[in-house]
Amino acid sequence: MRTLSRREFLKLCAVSTAGVSLGSLLGWDFVFNTFARAAEGRPTVVWLQGSACSGCSVSLLNSVDPPVADLILKLTGLKYHPLLMAAAGEMGVDLLEEVARKERGNFVLVVEGGIPTAERGRYCLIGEQHGQAVTMLDAVRILGNAALVTVAAGQCASFGGIPGAAPNPTGVVGVDRVLADRPVINLGLCPMHPDHFLGTVVHLLNYGLPELDELKRPKMFYPGPIHENCPRRPDFEAGRFASSIGEEGCLARLGCKGFIARADCGNQGWNHGVNWCIKAGAPCMACSEPYFPDHTGPFYGLFTVSRTRSEARPSS
Amino acid sequence: MAQRVVIDPVTRIEGHLKIEVEVEAGKVVDARAGGTMFRGLELILRGRDPRDAAQLAQRICGVCSVEHGITSVLSLDSAFGVRPPRNGRILRNLVCGLNIVMSHITHFYHLAGLDFARGPDTPPFVPRYEGDYRLPQAVNERVVQHYVEALAVRRKAHEAAAVFGAKVPHVSALTAGGMTENVSAENISRFKGYLGEIVSFVDNVYLPDVMAVAKAYEDYFQIGTGYKNLLAYGAFPLTDEEDPQGQKQFFRRGRYTGGQFGSVDPERITEDVRFSWFEDAGTGRNPVEGVTLPAPGKGKAYSWIKAPRYEGRPHEVGPLARMWVNRVGEIAGLGEKAFSVMGRHYARAVEASLLIREIGKWADELVPGEPTFSPYSVPKEGKGVGLTEAARGALGHWIEVRDYRIHNYQAVVPTTWNFSPRDDKGLRGPVEEALVGTPVKDPTQPVEVLRVIRSFDPCLACAVHLLETGSSGRHRREFQVL
Repeated sequence: MRTLSRREFLKLCAVSTAGVSLGSLLGWDFVFNTFARAAEGRPTVVWLQGSACSGCSVSLLNSVDPPVADLILKLTGLKYHPLLMAAAGEMGVDLLEEVARKERGNFVLVVEGGIPTAERGRYCLIGEQHGQAVTMLDAVRILGNAALVTVAAGQCASFGGIPGAAPNPTGVVGVDRVLADRPVINLGLCPMHPDHFLGTVVHLLNYGLPELDELKRPKMFYPGPIHENCPRRPDFEAGRFASSIGEEGCLARLGCKGFIARADCGNQGWNHGVNWCIKAGAPCMACSEPYFPDHTGPFYGLFTVSRTRSEARPSS
Repeated sequence: MAQRVVIDPVTRIEGHLKIEVEVEAGKVVDARAGGTMFRGLELILRGRDPRDAAQLAQRICGVCSVEHGITSVLSLDSAFGVRPPRNGRILRNLVCGLNIVMSHITHFYHLAGLDFARGPDTPPFVPRYEGDYRLPQAVNERVVQHYVEALAVRRKAHEAAAVFGAKVPHVSALTAGGMTENVSAENISRFKGYLGEIVSFVDNVYLPDVMAVAKAYEDYFQIGTGYKNLLAYGAFPLTDEEDPQGQKQFFRRGRYTGGQFGSVDPERITEDVRFSWFEDAGTGRNPVEGVTLPAPGKGKAYSWIKAPRYEGRPHEVGPLARMWVNRVGEIAGLGEKAFSVMGRHYARAVEASLLIREIGKWADELVPGEPTFSPYSVPKEGKGVGLTEAARGALGHWIEVRDYRIHNYQAVVPTTWNFSPRDDKGLRGPVEEALVGTPVKDPTQPVEVLRVIRSFDPCLACAVHLLETGSSGRHRREFQVL
């Protein structure tokens, strides 16, 4: 079996290029063997959905290597996932209780979506047990305190995201506000990038907790600002700016927030490296940052092409 | 005596849903459907730059994100007085069409399929409700095997959509006035490279599997019938001109009520709240004029979902509605059997097949180098509406701009129609009605109930509920979304 040092792993993650999936990058053997080794005990994974749109689950289904089918069927013990599991009703809620009791300290909790805290959490009820509603807030507290580690999958679970944006009517917070003293890994971005999830799990199984930045994001997936590796960077340096959507050039004047967004979108691309926002002419919204969307909007900034320009109010 | 059966959570759907049924003498005699999550997205949209709506409103749902994005940009186009150029219109159709095909494949294999086929005896396929799983062994194995293949095909549908959409879900290339991505010979060919495999899967795997399941579960052409009232806004504009009646679309707008076909006038839609957690004072209004006050403790209420009605009558939305009002041969030919669990699955597969073929033809109409975006300016004041179809049915967004900001934003979504609670007259919502009469062999293992529910492909994050949070003054319309 091929082994890979931690240093090599990080290096590979950092120098990846568009279109290269995690499997091809790390070597399919390595990824598969990681899971296979772990699969002897099939690490239990519990995936909860709170104030979510399921976009992070859908994004996970778009992962290429390892194929998500193997992840679901062969490699992990995905015991609870509302979108995928066969169990329903109290049978499902009982599963959560069983994991918290019997597998204490030995399972990974994944949280998708924010945690509403207003009204004692009643804005998100995830099920009913013995006639009592179970809130997402309670479930995260109970399971998060019992889990080995909690992965906040996506922007809402990491930082509150859009449901947590002003005026935040349901008091949504990210997971680490509920589990302040527990290990939490934030995978910001809206939606979560599937390679970030799988890469994090591979790292956890091989080397333990990955190195995190001050926002608890794995450094390997959240390197410098997007602007640094932007394919439109030469345009910026040369002062070539797109003045309208569809034009060539740096998108800064259209509202691009790549200067402040730390993520590896430019390296990994999205959807198996097919495309990504800036490549497609869409300004970066900085959806990786904790202040998205309140302080990264307006997303489109200025338009200098306008039929009735005098009426258009410049956005800043 | 009736036995009360509660299913909470209903899983393998998007979002948070609780279902309660009364079972008597082996049949469902009454049903209640309730949504149990609230986020408040419409309130969050207020005061922001209207151009941002296309991105924020997509996050109403990660499964129908493209459709919410399209509906949002349609409402922005209308408020800003801009129409996308031909390439922009076609790119929107391509990206949205692929998401609907993706959604149907995912629904059959990964969400609803396990109602009929037994998965392997390993998590997440166990535990499960036991019941009359009766696919012949070979068919069962095939469907489970296709569960895996379908994962790859649905992923490729998203990759194809990302060629023009930048990324999926949450398509960043969608914007008022068109799309940000350009059209080149290279990206057309890259896009088309994906289609062959998807067409082949839909025609040679998905459709035959649906038919094999339908054969083994033929009684499900008589189960889950409901009101037989159907409503569709239509989708996929085929013209660059204005089309206020929605007739120049690949799926045309239309309605089928009490056995008669008819046209759709959104002004005849009202929303009741007698059994929703809102004050009764705001009931019976058109969504645009809705005044709604939260009443979380309201005793007789059991859902955050409101009860939309067309001319006072409950209507089902979704692929069955689209295929039926467009009188597509395969579905029209089923006659009364179309209004059923299997009718819905079949309509979904037939629609996927029609759509994926058309997507290839639309791609041929793209002109490399021509613009995909029409410039516009954000008006100081304006109102706009976007009406189209999500995979799960009729979807509408309404926006009002004041002083260059979003003053009001509303979305009325498919699952609000289908999973509405009772209305002011006490009429059940479409799914509640469809559940009545469902045979239940063992109330502790209510798999039959889940078959009916999932045939509607519920999407609860979308199921929008409006709450007035500020002053209750008649002219204030401040909303939240559930």
